[in-house]
Amino acid sequence: MSLDFPGLFNYWLIIILMLIGFYIVIAHGNLVKKIVGLNVFQVSVFLLYITMGKVEGGTAPILADGIEVYSNPLPHVLILTAIVVGVATTALGLALVVRIKETYTTIEEDEIDAMENQG
Amino acid sequence: MIQHHLPILQILVPLLAAPVCMFIRHPQVVWVWTLAIVWLCLPMSVALLLQVLDQGVIVYELGDWAAPWGIEYRVDSLNAFILVIVTMIASVVVPYGRTLVDSEIPASRIYLFYAMFLLCITGLLGIAITGDAFNLFVFLEISSLSTYVLVSLGKDRRALTAAYRYLIMGTIGATFYIIGVGLLYMATGSLNIVDLGKLVPAMADHRTIQAALAFLTVGLALKAALFPLHMWLPNAYAFAPSVVTVFLAATATKVAVYAFIRVIFGIFGDIDVLALLPVRYLLMLLAVAAMFAGSAVAIYQNDAKRLLAYSSIAQIGYMILGISMDSVTGVAAGIVHLFNHALMKGGLFMALGAILYKTGSVDLRDMTGMGRRMPFTMAAFVVGGLSLIGVPLTAGFVSKWYLIQAALEAGWWPLAVLIVLSSLLAVIYVWRIVEIAYFQPGGQLPKIYDRAPLKLLIPMWVLTGATIYFGIDATTTMDIAYTAAKALVPGGAP
Repeated sequence: MSLDFPGLFNYWLIIILMLIGFYIVIAHGNLVKKIVGLNVFQVSVFLLYITMGKVEGGTAPILADGIEVYSNPLPHVLILTAIVVGVATTALGLALVVRIKETYTTIEEDEIDAMENQG
Repeated sequence: MIQHHLPILQILVPLLAAPVCMFIRHPQVVWVWTLAIVWLCLPMSVALLLQVLDQGVIVYELGDWAAPWGIEYRVDSLNAFILVIVTMIASVVVPYGRTLVDSEIPASRIYLFYAMFLLCITGLLGIAITGDAFNLFVFLEISSLSTYVLVSLGKDRRALTAAYRYLIMGTIGATFYIIGVGLLYMATGSLNIVDLGKLVPAMADHRTIQAALAFLTVGLALKAALFPLHMWLPNAYAFAPSVVTVFLAATATKVAVYAFIRVIFGIFGDIDVLALLPVRYLLMLLAVAAMFAGSAVAIYQNDAKRLLAYSSIAQIGYMILGISMDSVTGVAAGIVHLFNHALMKGGLFMALGAILYKTGSVDLRDMTGMGRRMPFTMAAFVVGGLSLIGVPLTAGFVSKWYLIQAALEAGWWPLAVLIVLSSLLAVIYVWRIVEIAYFQPGGQLPKIYDRAPLKLLIPMWVLTGATIYFGIDATTTMDIAYTAAKALVPGGAP
């Protein structure tokens, strides 16, 4: 790494993405935006795993002549599972938002809260 | 031969049974199918527990790939005990649930309900049985995703928002957990819990390991609803269908607490992590705060389901308190409280489910004279309530007795005082319901003898009876809890 970064450049990006995502989840009142925030948050973790498996100059772990450096495939495989889980979570979350929209006619958290407090 | 494959069958049977529900579709047939499956799972987990108590740890390598490369299922006395708790509660909940599911869930969706229920059981059993940190995450998400669906099936529209909030909080918790696992893998190159337990001590001073511990703790505390990360729990319990509330209250948070124990003692056990960082005192503080805050808020609830939900938060505090003491007695008290609380909360929520079925409301203001209208149900409720307080001859007394003993052993007598004081708060909220049900004049309500159907009463009294039984004869449960605690706590091995 020729960059003058303290630490790995990727990690800085990951932390920034992670905090952006987390902030959206906490700060936004729109239920769809919350799910988007959750996705950004999860994607940053996917990147964390992918980065940790990458070996500089390494290729995909395929047995062939002339290739000596391989990236670690395990974190990549793990994150494939996590991506599937993430997709399932997003789908379920959005399905819930659709149902919420049908019954409450809004997807703004403050309006829903107001309706719930009325009884 | 079958004996050898029991650990994997324990997971495979409910996992494969879930999609079959989608083909059966007929509500009654699906119920019979689910019942058959959970009643098959119970003897399997009991057989595993007996085998473990007899021969020690069972290791099952998936596809014969040796750990730490392959995934291994590792059954010791602790998680065999958890398996029995989950399957036992499930085998009581399914027969109990038939009437309530029919009345609370549209007939066209009942087969989906049971499919999700089986998946939820799979997830919970998987968390307990696996010996691989990442595999644990996958099962955690299987159980969580199915739980969100189960919660959202509630009749009240607030069930939807409760499920949504649970989904957001739960996913953050699970993501924190995988960040922690990722950091551990980064530092050690292993995902096997036993292997991690050997590798981690060498690099205990490493910042990555400490960050991993922080992420794992927060992630699992969210899943276990440890104060102050409990915000998702009251609404999820209050608005979910009654059957789901019974099952979740009795098992879901317990399994998360188990995962917590596994991480704290399994992975970080040998470096005495509870002493290395101020984690022990932090946990102790949060546990005590949960005991008081949960009980105090419970006192002011008007919805009986919410009241019990807040009481659950307090009870989780007791479990974590036992664990944070880091002594054999403390951890054993925490583990035995897992079991006892599953019994009593299961029984209590079953009583509320029956009341909801008969009267359509569990609001305290509608419960006047309930002691006369539904005598058997309220009697079960009172026994459960006494057990929450920790009155002798109930299971709750056993847990609190050992908890106080552990506190005194370690010389923390103020902690023992706090345990007793927080129990007094439990007296108040249990008494509120008892007073309304037995001592307030029925008012406008007709004084009819309105017994709940036997289909609901029998499972309810099975759990309530177990609460009394394990309160009188706690030798079996305490033996298992002690064996498990001795294996976990460093220096506690016999």
